Amino acid sequence: MSPPGTAPALLEIVGLHVSFGHDVAAVQAVRDVSFRVAEGAAFGLVGESGSGKTTVLRAIAGLVVPASGRIVAAGRAQGLHRARAFARVCQMVFQDPYGSLHPRHTVDRVLSEPLAIHGLARHGEVERRVDRALADVGLGPSFRFRYPHQLSGGQRQRVSIARALILEPRILLLDEPTSALDVSVQAEILNLLARLRRERGLTYVLVSHNLAVVAHLCERLLVMNAGRVVEELTRDQLRAAAPAEPYTRQLLQASLGYDRQAAGQLTTFD
Amino acid sequence: MSVSQPLLTVEDLRVRFSGRVATVEAVRGVSFEVGREKLGIVGESGSGKSMTGRAILRLVPPPGRVTARRLVFEGIDLLSASESAMRRIRGERIAMVLQDPKFSLNPVMPVGAQVAEAWRVHSGATWRESRRRALEMLEAVRIRNPERVYRAYPHEVSGGMGQRIMIAMMLAAGPDLLIADEPTSSLDVTVQMQVLAILDDLVTQRGMGLVFISHDLNLVASFCDRVLIMYAGRIVETCRAQDLAVARHPYTQGLLRSLPRIDRPVAELAVLDRDPAWLNSAL
Repeated sequence: MSPPGTAPALLEIVGLHVSFGHDVAAVQAVRDVSFRVAEGAAFGLVGESGSGKTTVLRAIAGLVVPASGRIVAAGRAQGLHRARAFARVCQMVFQDPYGSLHPRHTVDRVLSEPLAIHGLARHGEVERRVDRALADVGLGPSFRFRYPHQLSGGQRQRVSIARALILEPRILLLDEPTSALDVSVQAEILNLLARLRRERGLTYVLVSHNLAVVAHLCERLLVMNAGRVVEELTRDQLRAAAPAEPYTRQLLQASLGYDRQAAGQLTTFD
Repeated sequence: MSVSQPLLTVEDLRVRFSGRVATVEAVRGVSFEVGREKLGIVGESGSGKSMTGRAILRLVPPPGRVTARRLVFEGIDLLSASESAMRRIRGERIAMVLQDPKFSLNPVMPVGAQVAEAWRVHSGATWRESRRRALEMLEAVRIRNPERVYRAYPHEVSGGMGQRIMIAMMLAAGPDLLIADEPTSSLDVTVQMQVLAILDDLVTQRGMGLVFISHDLNLVASFCDRVLIMYAGRIVETCRAQDLAVARHPYTQGLLRSLPRIDRPVAELAVLDRDPAWLNSAL
């Protein structure tokens, strides 16, 4: 796999393996996955359930321990544990906005806690930064003292994004950020993510099963199946319906809508 | 597919939930007919599409109340039918498939036995005969190893397999009308295609009627014959599925424009601007 362009990679994954369980019950969730993401790029990980795409993201975030492989983020090779400074380089937004916010913490607490942990803001300054973080994701200051159950799904996802961005990281890991939302709300969140990336030069790694969402946000994408890389391609190759691998072509066809004839010709790839 | 003799006629269907302080009307005067065709009901969360499906089978939980000027299925008035008459209709004449098979199957019973039980209850056949029939049904939904799957428990099967088992269970009774509420939303796209093909064949080969409830406009446009678009408990537009791309209601147009598309890239997605007038005016 050749590195895209000449820009130095902000995030580099080399030969990543992740397995769960031991001995005979071991499952190889991720097998020999490598890719590079340049600073300011948006990179998509696509695949069906069980493809290992979310596990790759969780390995980058340090939420699962890889069996082998190298993860280099912002020039720093990551080991077993993430240093505190890693949180200021890389943050994650989770799929389910209903499950990823503490039900008994106000939005204010969710947003000010990272600042306190990292000793980033003096007392008087916290309020200003929380208000600005909310404004950045399109929420007014009136949202500060609400609890998650007082927010709609789209508003919750906005708070999750504000929480991820309050430490001003360079990399944002997005795990199916819109799959739990209605299409009209999905459009708002996708526009928000595109704008934040443009304004701040953020680097995204987006995991999704939805090819259209990935093609909208990302210039390059990696297709995965059963823990392995199927192929890496550009958005333009996907749009030109020119993926090299039959697996990707089938995935693309199935994503375009129902077709009785095509449905009869589906094959299983292992 | 022609709509010669409607299987189901719905006129001015309303579903109300009364609380101590306020009454919420989830479905506000919906009228449509279903023939031996694939009818899609599309809408966002809270549009009342699922409540419409449930109301047909009188499965709206209390304190919900269902009223309608007419709710007639093949000459049977579903509103005045007794509870025992409804039990004979449910499953046997009108079946329902829900979104998540994990919550619809009995977790402590092998899936094959559940399919067999459904057949036994409806036909009065013996267990042995029901078992044979259940294996046939599992094969009909293209499960490759029906003997092995018959003995599996729900937690041992994948989502796509679980949904096929649900359809097999419903197939056993051979209903005239199937109400499928987001039957493929939790499935991978390729599995979704296979499940839809099974439903498609049931409509074209057996002449079953299908009410397909979904939030996925692209899917409904490519799969169904006709589409109803619901917004805030009302039908705002009805059109042929193939004409959905040229739908006239601003809500439908807005929904379509807000979808990212692989073949038509845009820099910024259109955001839906909800007009309060949509609440009360149909096209």
